[in-house]
Amino acid sequence: MSQKIDLDHGRFRQIIRGKIKQHLRQYISQGEMIAKKGNDKVSVPLPHVDIPRFKFGDKQQGGVGQGKGEVGEQVGKGEESDQPGKGGEASDRPGEHMTDVEVSLQELAEIMGEELALPRIQPKGTEKIVAYKDKYSGIRNTGPESLRHFRRTFRQAMRRQISMSAYDPKNPIVVPIREDKRYRSWRSEPLPQSNAVIIYMMDVSGSMGDEQKEIVRIESFWIDTWLRSQYHGIESRYIIHDAMAKEVDRDTFFRTRESGGTMISSAYKLCAKMIEDEYPSSQWNIYPFHFSDGDNWSVDDTHTCVELLKNDLLPHVNLFGYGQVESPYGSGQFIKDLTQHFDADERVVTSEIKSKDAIMDSIKEFLGKGK
Amino acid sequence: MTLRHFPDYLREMQLTIEGYARNYGLDFFTILYEVLDYKTMNEVAAYGGFPTRYPHWRFGMDYEQLSKSYEWGLSKIYEMVINTNPAYAYLLEGNSLVDQKIVMAHVCAHVDFFKNNYFFSKTNRKMIDGMANHAASVRRHMARVGQEEVENFIDVCLSLENLIDPMSPFIMRQRDPKAEAAEKAERADDGTHDDVPRLRAKQYMDKYINPPDFIEAQRKKRDEEKTKAARKFPEQPVRDVLMFLIQHAPLQPWQRDVLEIVRDEAYYFAPQAMTKIMNEGWATYWHSKIMTEKALQASEVIDYADACAGVLATSPGRLNPYKLGVELFRNIEDRWNRGQFGKEWNECDNMDQKRAWDKKLGLGQKKIFEVRRLYNDITFIDEFFTLEFCIEQKFYAFGFQERSGNWEIMSREFKKVKDQMLKMLTNRGQPLIVVEDGNLDNRGELLLRHVHEGADLDVEQSKQTLRNVAKIWSRPVSLVSKSEGKGRLMRCEGGTVSERAADYAG
Repeated sequence: MSQKIDLDHGRFRQIIRGKIKQHLRQYISQGEMIAKKGNDKVSVPLPHVDIPRFKFGDKQQGGVGQGKGEVGEQVGKGEESDQPGKGGEASDRPGEHMTDVEVSLQELAEIMGEELALPRIQPKGTEKIVAYKDKYSGIRNTGPESLRHFRRTFRQAMRRQISMSAYDPKNPIVVPIREDKRYRSWRSEPLPQSNAVIIYMMDVSGSMGDEQKEIVRIESFWIDTWLRSQYHGIESRYIIHDAMAKEVDRDTFFRTRESGGTMISSAYKLCAKMIEDEYPSSQWNIYPFHFSDGDNWSVDDTHTCVELLKNDLLPHVNLFGYGQVESPYGSGQFIKDLTQHFDADERVVTSEIKSKDAIMDSIKEFLGKGK
Repeated sequence: MTLRHFPDYLREMQLTIEGYARNYGLDFFTILYEVLDYKTMNEVAAYGGFPTRYPHWRFGMDYEQLSKSYEWGLSKIYEMVINTNPAYAYLLEGNSLVDQKIVMAHVCAHVDFFKNNYFFSKTNRKMIDGMANHAASVRRHMARVGQEEVENFIDVCLSLENLIDPMSPFIMRQRDPKAEAAEKAERADDGTHDDVPRLRAKQYMDKYINPPDFIEAQRKKRDEEKTKAARKFPEQPVRDVLMFLIQHAPLQPWQRDVLEIVRDEAYYFAPQAMTKIMNEGWATYWHSKIMTEKALQASEVIDYADACAGVLATSPGRLNPYKLGVELFRNIEDRWNRGQFGKEWNECDNMDQKRAWDKKLGLGQKKIFEVRRLYNDITFIDEFFTLEFCIEQKFYAFGFQERSGNWEIMSREFKKVKDQMLKMLTNRGQPLIVVEDGNLDNRGELLLRHVHEGADLDVEQSKQTLRNVAKIWSRPVSLVSKSEGKGRLMRCEGGTVSERAADYAG
């Protein structure tokens, strides 16, 4: 049922979207949104949504309360706290008037898509993988007894009996006959399924510090959000590597810190194996992303990497993303090697992420091709 | 909004409850109930109790907050009633019968209060139509000049909606300028005598004591003063800032109309903010009296007690207007029943004697009806919030303790508690802002002034609000106030706000 308020509410959501868009760069680089992630919603702190007024400063006015308590005893925040969205937290940031607003991840992805002008992804292989799903969609006169619709059958029988004056309200016995019976019917709907997998790889060698990892974390959150909005079923896999590569879960991915050297080829090998074993490229849209500080063990290993990419990875993937985070220790050589070999290949996207502020541009580089 | 048929059993209940209420002497407009599901209830609540308001996103925001808070089980609107004749009240579908009974008793008293309290006497009792008319004109303006533009202007107006003078319907702040002018003209007419001040002298001494050049100097001085006074505009500081802007700001006709609408609605809602404690106290007093003395059945006692406890619960750091109001009304009734008032009572300082004081006057009921007719929250608290009441009800004042960074109980001293309470109620808890000068330095700039009464303004909010004033005034706007004891002047020119130290006189 539509209500009058829907218009005003819609308008309010629209304004929120506008505000988020306006401050998107800031949200993306701060990463505080990820911290507030719920199941499929994030709560976004928005400045200046509410209408400003001349009013007293937060701590200027005390209040009066009632009940027990000694002088000096702490009381909960005063009257203000019954205004939703203005909890106790707000009071230690004077001047900043924040309102928390909930936005679904889907909506967030849309906003990001609009702001960064990201093209929609054309999934490959849609026509090949079609799953059928049965859906009960109607009623018919024939069918197996197990699908008999009791209520409809009963109603039909009653209708017939009433019209035949065979129904006595004082003795309401309703007996359905063959013609009264109604059955559920179904339709098989083709469900175009586009499956996608994102394989994140990260260098966790000693040269990757906390700040570098934070950047990777934020960036992967946004890549995730966008790709999730583009595909129905999506999987994420995580690989960490130093001189050795191994698969880990999401938490470990962002927390682990090793001190060893770096052999990027180890990660690519594992990734190639993963694709070969589990994700046949005819059916899957595959997105490997690799983040490192660009320091590789040896020129030989880099050479192996290039070979692996050429022969085992690139033929299968939609896009291979390499993000290079700047670190004080890394030489940053790897990105140059990649561009040298794959400059013409548009399946390979490289991006240098110098700081948190560069995350947004980097996302645009990765996802701007619509693959 | 779907209108449901008002069920017969509720109709019967309404008649019974209203019968009890009338017998107690409550006097209310006809009440029309509507049963709403929670969604519609939230919608109506977001619209301030009205079925139709002008389109604005703020209502949508309120609706979202109400809906969320309902869905999470944090709050539920039991009851809503608006000040109109006939009065409309809303019941939440699916509430228990006891709840509906309490709500009906509660609503009777609210409507009695709307009808009889002096501060509601000037409100528009046909406000349902008023709001609908406002909605229609705003929609019309939107159709003509564009939704975005009108909406942005409403944002600007709403940001100033608290700058009104709620008492202005009742007192004349300024004499009618026409009458004044007429009087002046009369004075000028009645004689050609010069009113230059002279020193008193006998006639033959006059030309020595008031020589011509002295008279000339006096005349000059007077003329100067006159022009100076005439240049001041407005002559007196104006509290109704919105009215001042409507009259003097360079606005498009549609803008003026929108500003008038916002002002009109602000005035309509102002008495409710001015009598929150009394109104809720009065309603609570009567629902509890009607329920416990008449309407309650034995099987309903537990549910009733549960609901009542919810209404009257106090929590640290928050003032419950229901609780304060009802206790104070009961206290007044008791005092006037026992004759605890007047000179003799005030001068008695023997606590034992005071406690046992009972003249068996039985004036309580009469007194509380008188109080509900003549008082508002400030006068109510000022007159009846006594030392005994403060102690008995365990009131305390709290504030922000810089040292610990917490909100703490500051004092239980009667004077401090009462001062704090009155401070919170003054001007509905809003800062008092007046138009000081509408032609600052003869450059058409506007000077506002915050009449500082002990609490500083929120600087960030003030800056933004000032920007909105400037949008309406279209010339630079300044606000003079005090911050941490020093005079500050904020000035908004071309959308940027600058700040500097300034004299804050008074």
